[in-house]
Amino acid sequence: MTRLITALIIGSVFGIGLAIAGMLNPSKVVGFLDVFGDWDPSLAFVMGGGVLVNAIGHRFVMKRKAPIQSATFSMPTSTNIDKPLVIGSVIFGVGWGLAGLCPGPVVASLLLNGQAMLPFFGLLITGLLVGQIVMRRLT
Amino acid sequence: MTIAWSSFTPVSAFLGGCLIGLAALMLMAFQGRVMGVSGIIGGLFGAVSSAERGWRLAFLLGAVVGPIMWQVITKAPIIWQAVASGPQFYIAAFLVGLGTAIGSGCTSGHGICGLARFSPRSLIAVMAFMTSAVATVFIVNHV
Repeated sequence: MTRLITALIIGSVFGIGLAIAGMLNPSKVVGFLDVFGDWDPSLAFVMGGGVLVNAIGHRFVMKRKAPIQSATFSMPTSTNIDKPLVIGSVIFGVGWGLAGLCPGPVVASLLLNGQAMLPFFGLLITGLLVGQIVMRRLT
Repeated sequence: MTIAWSSFTPVSAFLGGCLIGLAALMLMAFQGRVMGVSGIIGGLFGAVSSAERGWRLAFLLGAVVGPIMWQVITKAPIIWQAVASGPQFYIAAFLVGLGTAIGSGCTSGHGICGLARFSPRSLIAVMAFMTSAVATVFIVNHV
């Protein structure tokens, strides 16, 4: 139960961070991606702040033998720079550029703009499941 | 290239980014998990334990509720301006899901978490999706 409560709190910190950062506004996100137009560099500061805090804290967290509420740290094990990594990321970038929405902000605006975001979320999950099938075929 | 000074908000962007980084750090410290939203959603499906499904749903619920609480507390509406509608909007949704599943991550997992632990895989992923996103916006807006 305490695990669920901390996960809930962490999720809301994430959602509030996205809201303050301006990441929930697709138009602002596309303003950042529009490098060759009227460019709004703000979101580089989102990435900067996020990576900075996480990178500093990560060193201390990793000194622990185990996480506070779990038996082990589960870190990504793959180190290969392979075709799926690059092709998948390119496909994701096209979708991100088309609508200005990546998965975090989609979840965080589900109730703020349910009418638009619920069908978007449904199709995002459909794409995820198709992608999982593709990955299973490849391995 | 021109800078859109009127919409440039470096302070709120940086503070929001710090909170996102803090959330990623807390998820690692408490649950030992990478805060990658596409991976957290993707891990809900298939044969997974109820404990595994539980923390994922709790995190996602928090992400849904957080901005609404913030809106209530600050009494400032969160701005949402769409850039796409119709087929473009729905194709985008499918591609975001498909691409993050095949590429093993999105802006949070590869961007915030992967870069913070200096993962070469994540650096390549971030460069790949940033490049294709910038190219896509260029084509949509300027071609």
